[in-house]
Amino acid sequence: MSVVDISRWQFGITTVYHFMFVPLTIGLAPLVAGMQTAWVVTGKEHWYRLTKFFGKLFMINFALGVATGIVQEFQFGMNWSEYSRFVGDVFGAPLAMEGLVAFFMESTFLGLWIFGWTRLPKLVHLATIWLVAIGVNASAFFIIAANSFMQHPVGAVYNPQTGRAELHSIWQLLTNNTALAAFPHVVAGSFLTAATFVAGIGCWWMVRESRKGRGAPGGPGGGSLRNHAGPSQAPPSDTVDLARDMWRPAARMGMWVIIIAGVALVFTGDVQGKLMFKQQPMKMASAESLCHGQTDPKFSVLTVGTHNNCDSVTHVIEVPGVLPWLAEGKFSGVTLGGVKDLQVSYNEKYGPGDYRPNLFVTYWTFRAMITWAGGSALIALLGLWLTRRGRIPGQRWFGWLSLLVIPTPFLGNSAGWVFTEMGRQPWVVAPNPTGDPHLRMTVQQAVSGNTAGTVLTSLIVFTALYGVLAIVWFFLMRRYVIEGPEEVAAASGQDGAVEKLSFAY
Amino acid sequence: MSLPEFWFLLIGVLFTGYFVLEGFDFGVGMLMPILGRGSETRKRVVLNTIGPVWDGNEVWLITAGGALFAAFPEWYASLFSGFYLALLLILVALIVRIVGIEYRSKIDDPRWRAGCDAAIIFGSWVPALAWGLAFANMVHGVKLNEHRQIGGNLLDLLGPYALLGALTTALLFLLHGAVFIALKTGGEVRESVRRIARIVVVPTVIVVLAFALWTQFAHGKGWTWIPLALAVIGLALAAAATLRGRDGWAFTGTALTVAAAIVLLFGALFPYVLPSSIDPSFGLSVDGRVVDGHRTVSASSTHYTLMVMSWCAVIVTPVVLLYQGWTYWVFRKRLTVEQIPPATGLSLQRSAAG
Repeated sequence: MSVVDISRWQFGITTVYHFMFVPLTIGLAPLVAGMQTAWVVTGKEHWYRLTKFFGKLFMINFALGVATGIVQEFQFGMNWSEYSRFVGDVFGAPLAMEGLVAFFMESTFLGLWIFGWTRLPKLVHLATIWLVAIGVNASAFFIIAANSFMQHPVGAVYNPQTGRAELHSIWQLLTNNTALAAFPHVVAGSFLTAATFVAGIGCWWMVRESRKGRGAPGGPGGGSLRNHAGPSQAPPSDTVDLARDMWRPAARMGMWVIIIAGVALVFTGDVQGKLMFKQQPMKMASAESLCHGQTDPKFSVLTVGTHNNCDSVTHVIEVPGVLPWLAEGKFSGVTLGGVKDLQVSYNEKYGPGDYRPNLFVTYWTFRAMITWAGGSALIALLGLWLTRRGRIPGQRWFGWLSLLVIPTPFLGNSAGWVFTEMGRQPWVVAPNPTGDPHLRMTVQQAVSGNTAGTVLTSLIVFTALYGVLAIVWFFLMRRYVIEGPEEVAAASGQDGAVEKLSFAY
Repeated sequence: MSLPEFWFLLIGVLFTGYFVLEGFDFGVGMLMPILGRGSETRKRVVLNTIGPVWDGNEVWLITAGGALFAAFPEWYASLFSGFYLALLLILVALIVRIVGIEYRSKIDDPRWRAGCDAAIIFGSWVPALAWGLAFANMVHGVKLNEHRQIGGNLLDLLGPYALLGALTTALLFLLHGAVFIALKTGGEVRESVRRIARIVVVPTVIVVLAFALWTQFAHGKGWTWIPLALAVIGLALAAAATLRGRDGWAFTGTALTVAAAIVLLFGALFPYVLPSSIDPSFGLSVDGRVVDGHRTVSASSTHYTLMVMSWCAVIVTPVVLLYQGWTYWVFRKRLTVEQIPPATGLSLQRSAAG
């Protein structure tokens, strides 16, 4: 493998890995803040226990998000130094702002939140978790603005004297329409992830507690409580109270957030798609396996063939009308360029070269992204139906199903980012069709002058280390989810004359 | 002062903040196994002195990295691609340290804790040594060629000056961590850490002095005698205050020494950001000025970018300092073994009864 390939693999692996944890952090911080607010406002102990329970899972997740994020900050310089020189003037600014504005805020206030349970006044303590939630979302904005510059460079010009991109408007950079579309899409995806996490765990526990309450777990006794509450049933016990008072509201909170985030995802995805047809036609053409330019092409649902070869693609299932709508908001009269035509025109514009992304990956990740989001939709619609009007479902299959859907938004997020990033290939800075045509760079030009062996070393080290950490992360998450929320300690904190810390490592 | 000079100063400030704050974090990690030997509770006292703040301290590095990228992309690109394996080692150390600190209390099992302790110890010693190595090499000059790439291999980084630099930061952070623990704890932990501080202070004074004088004579300017003097005063203050049990003054002393040492290094570096040992004209400088008759390569961004970043820094940095300072104020009380709550971690496996 060449040093470009190894560097691309490393960046791909470390970034996909980082973005396993990031969406959960971005979405869960506001949800935990919401739970704590519910506790402060209503004074109900259940919300306190939920805050603590999901707060602990949040912290386990946050640690790996931070650990994997550090690598990202330095990887540009290590592996993509020519890229860093070319765009540093532009790309560095949002990165530095992210550190200054967002990272300081989230890490400092998370420390205050974790250790401040008995040290800070209740409302100040509540404010700290909200500041964490704002911080994690602000950091997402800055890094997406930076990424959007690579997809659709604006606010900068190419200086032929220095051979570098030069920032001429920070405002244009931060209000790049690509960024303004991508940011809400990513945030909606993150809320979907965290809400599915909360809903999935909430439903699983709700089913579990309600079954325990009805005696023999594993015995006959499915169905919702209200439907089955006959004279033969044991009276609802403590665990049924928990299912009703704690888990059902938590699960429904998650489900409603899924619905809202889902609608936002569809809407922002549509906006983003329309921008992409204009700004990165090659990406969308290959996402549709659209090889030849066409007027009113059909939306491809399934194709077979080796997708890296345009000639062998056979369209199996197609839907008319959808693609023109996705591209321009019309059902007909839309002409789209195909991969082959675009390749010819890029050759004329940018010189000889292969300007096609990997067709197989872009085609399938686009479909995977949309399909995986269906997991969250399933649990939300099913769950809201099963818990309607005070019902507490006790079906064992529902409990398991709700656990099984938890990974789906994670997979959807990864697929979406792989599509976005690999659809940009071979560019690291894709030329803006309406911007400065010299503001462009391929990955071949961007890579550092390191030897393949050096980069292979770091690739192996990071992959192995991250692999181990992923196992530890999964073990801890699973262990803490199964353990469930702690009992509320009865007026602890006083031990003779010495006050114990509310939390200590 | 020109904008590139201002940003050189600001990056110096960010690294000073990083080393003053993470210096004692590293020291705490290095001292945790020594002070906590035989007592899990003592170990936890030591670790929890940095509990609420270590993550915020570490962000100084991330922000310094981002600021390097924004203000001096050439410096960022050449340095990080050139010090590739050294940086990889630091990154691995920082990753395992984060995970070690955060996950240590999650599982109540001696083997689990031993694994996390190993991660914390590795993650504290390695950066404490490696940062000194990296900064000493930067000041000393590297094999930077006309393509702005650093040649040579890993062994080139291990010259005597660089190794002394590594020893300097490690010892300095060890002492800094010791006086920090003394300031933040009470009772038996404070007693034993003060004993350690009294032992560590002697070799630290010798090594820091040797490294500072070498830096001054090989690369210093007239005015860098001032930070050198301040570093010595800081160490003297730390030594005297440690002997008298004045923890606050001792910490002020080591913090002053760390800050002065970074100022000395950045002062010795200026106006270069990455001098070349092959040809002075290959060297990267803050603004591509003529140094000793050689036209150097400019590392800085454009005026517009630096101005935007200056506004951002001038507005946001005071706010960051304010709330970080407040965090230290909130958790200002001394920790003792009596305050440590019982372990709340789960067992490795779920008990059958649960």
